[in-house]
Amino acid sequence: MSNPKLMQGNEAVAEGALAAGVLFYAGYPITPSTEIAEKMAERLPLVGGSFIQMEDEIGSMAAIIGASLTGLKALTATSGPGFSLMQENLGYAVATEVPCVVVNVQRGGPSTGLPTSPAQADVMQARWGTHGDHPIIAITPSTVQECYVLTVIAFNLAEEYRIPVILLMDEVIGHLREKVVLPDQLTIVNRKKPDVPPGEYLPYENDDSMIPAMANFGDGYRYHVTGLTHNQKGLSSGNPEVTKSFMQRLTQKLNPYLDRIQMVEEVQLEDADLILIAYGCSARSAMEALHIARGRGLKVGLFRPITIWPFPQKQLEKYVGRKFLVVEMNTGQLAGEIERIFGNKAVERLNRIDGELITPKEVLDKIGGVCNV
Amino acid sequence: MFNDIAQYFRTDTLPHIWCPGCGIGTITAAIVRAIKTLQLDQNKVIFVSGIGCSSRMPGYLDFNTIHTTHGRALPFATGIKAARPELDVFVIMGDGDSTAIGGNHLIHASRRNIDLTAIVINNSIYGMTGGQTSPLTPHDKRGTTSPFGNLERPFQVLELAKAAGATYGARATAFHNQLLTKLVIDAYNNPGFSLVEAISQCPVSYGRRNKFKTPADMLLWQKEHAYKAGQRIGHEDDFQIGEIFSSQAPEYTKEYDKLRQRLKEVSR
Amino acid sequence: MAMQKFLLTGTGGQGLILAAIMLAEAGIYAGQNVAQSQSYGPEARGGASRAEVIIGDEDIYYPKVERPNFVLTLSQEAYKKYGLHLDEEAILIVDDTQVTEVKPRSKNFYSLPITKAARAHFGSEQSANVLALGVVASISGYLSMDNVLQSVKHRAPKGTTEQNIKALEIGWKMGLKAGENQENKHCQNEGDES
Repeated sequence: MSNPKLMQGNEAVAEGALAAGVLFYAGYPITPSTEIAEKMAERLPLVGGSFIQMEDEIGSMAAIIGASLTGLKALTATSGPGFSLMQENLGYAVATEVPCVVVNVQRGGPSTGLPTSPAQADVMQARWGTHGDHPIIAITPSTVQECYVLTVIAFNLAEEYRIPVILLMDEVIGHLREKVVLPDQLTIVNRKKPDVPPGEYLPYENDDSMIPAMANFGDGYRYHVTGLTHNQKGLSSGNPEVTKSFMQRLTQKLNPYLDRIQMVEEVQLEDADLILIAYGCSARSAMEALHIARGRGLKVGLFRPITIWPFPQKQLEKYVGRKFLVVEMNTGQLAGEIERIFGNKAVERLNRIDGELITPKEVLDKIGGVCNV
Repeated sequence: MFNDIAQYFRTDTLPHIWCPGCGIGTITAAIVRAIKTLQLDQNKVIFVSGIGCSSRMPGYLDFNTIHTTHGRALPFATGIKAARPELDVFVIMGDGDSTAIGGNHLIHASRRNIDLTAIVINNSIYGMTGGQTSPLTPHDKRGTTSPFGNLERPFQVLELAKAAGATYGARATAFHNQLLTKLVIDAYNNPGFSLVEAISQCPVSYGRRNKFKTPADMLLWQKEHAYKAGQRIGHEDDFQIGEIFSSQAPEYTKEYDKLRQRLKEVSR
Repeated sequence: MAMQKFLLTGTGGQGLILAAIMLAEAGIYAGQNVAQSQSYGPEARGGASRAEVIIGDEDIYYPKVERPNFVLTLSQEAYKKYGLHLDEEAILIVDDTQVTEVKPRSKNFYSLPITKAARAHFGSEQSANVLALGVVASISGYLSMDNVLQSVKHRAPKGTTEQNIKALEIGWKMGLKAGENQENKHCQNEGDES
């Protein structure tokens, strides 16, 4: 283990990306994510990589997909308004199965909103922001240490499952500085390369793994990439059979791997009558409240979905019959998902949308209210 | 006629979707002949396109090909070139694709002078969606969204790229397709951002609404209105063909590589 | 150590976020857990700025400072926003030039010549942030000079290290002296009562 360092959340993302082997960054400045771009601009040319500031977030997303097609691990980072602009090509990356990582350091919205204040109101945009049925992975760090580790994991998931991964942060965690201990050893995953000669290569092969091998542009496998619905060769097709087979594989390709994708933290859940559900910055307030509540003899636990999409439903379903309190900085975007699983009666909400972090006292007051019922 | 370049096509993807009389096929052949003349390694050639009739071209070609989103071909190409500068990157765009939805990317790719060979196939109309006015539709001409004639004035796309910093600009037509091959070769050889405007005919979506009876009439129009540098303009619709501008400026990926080398020396 | 919460407040551009980063890093050198954050507006200069540091050996969950143990204010505006409504036990340190209108406080109050000293020694207020850091750190008594010195050396902008080390030393002494004075005053008060 290295010595503990003081690091900012955004800085830890950049360090994690470099540790994961990222060699390409394209981005556009936006508060509160800009430190990630600044760090990458400074570091990438030193390691033989490339940083480019694009004309907007649409171009940024396009550029990282282009770079990833040549075999490089590629990153971009933004906040709400830029995330909206990225949705177009984020959908392209999903449909063409090009690995990449998009960081969204959430701020208050809608529109320009509160540039320097936290929010968690892009949870549903991360899931459904781009059009059409599609899979997505989104993960939510709660500490600066996690900003580092989960960035590495985000790239591992993107490479392993050929999918864009969203690191869904928030202003609190992005700008927070705390202690980070860089792990000596990291597991680094690289995309599967074809093991057949170019003539036999199917870039969108529908085999049992559901994840096709990916050749680099320029390495002798000349293939076609298109956002149109395509066959196993990658060529566009409007044939219903081809469309069905492509869409089935695309929308179900994560299913065999959910156990490896869905990460959760479970705190004092065995005997908990009330389970707090929180993620990102809100989980910090929930944890503090949990400890105070336990000190008062209240049986409270915390379920923290680190992977927020695909939502770890199976892990949570174990706790059917308990009461749930979803703590989040939006009007209940994840609460709706929990209600879908357990029904409205089992689920309470604590929401804050004024740009200030939910306080432990607010959580405690709500716990008191719920526990008295 | 086709056999000389068949090796560059994914022949199993043919026939193509372009209408009878369309100029894009002729232009495709002209571009491919440039690549043949240049003897480029097919494995190192990348074709990037946006959305529209012309952007279907890469699908038929046996290179590394990517059909991207509407207007975004240039930033995708920028990512590819910045990541691996040794690749030969050609960008195929339509007029609406490159100057309306993708106009911002066009001026910034020009400003960076990144070594891409970009070809705008200008048929003056949105063909794929059925004939709507584009930023290159001439004033007064008709489209389905300018049924009484286009009120707006068109861009001069090469002037736009030049003003934004591109270092090579040229124009040819489907009719002048041998010239087009030569200009694509020159564009490729320019170490910077190069833009070739290839004027094409869209008989179905443009010609029908603008008093062209046949595709041949449109090709004749191209022939009669084109002039070479130094010749006199006879009509306001006349346009110059050949190289329009050429200059020298630092190229983006080379500058970035210099930065890497400089930092390496500093850290030593 | 029990969790200690610091608020460093003033005007954007005074360098208080950097001072807070140095304070937090000193906490790490002391083997503690830390959380450092700030709230800020759109201005790069001007406006009330607020930097927060929590230092302690327990896990820090909620990363924001609600009830600070130490508050530094280097501007009247920040004082009005953050210097009032403090716990009685909280220690308030104000700059005697910048913060002139102060609600009387019976104890735990220091009005010190922080910016004045910076101007006297360096001809400008440029190092007032690190000088203030020295004052706060020494008055708090929770960190060693060595740990703070280490972080100042690590975090000072290029070319300013020497000046900032000097600023830290001046501030540290100013804080120690102020602490001693207050202790004496406190003892006298207690003597009076008995």
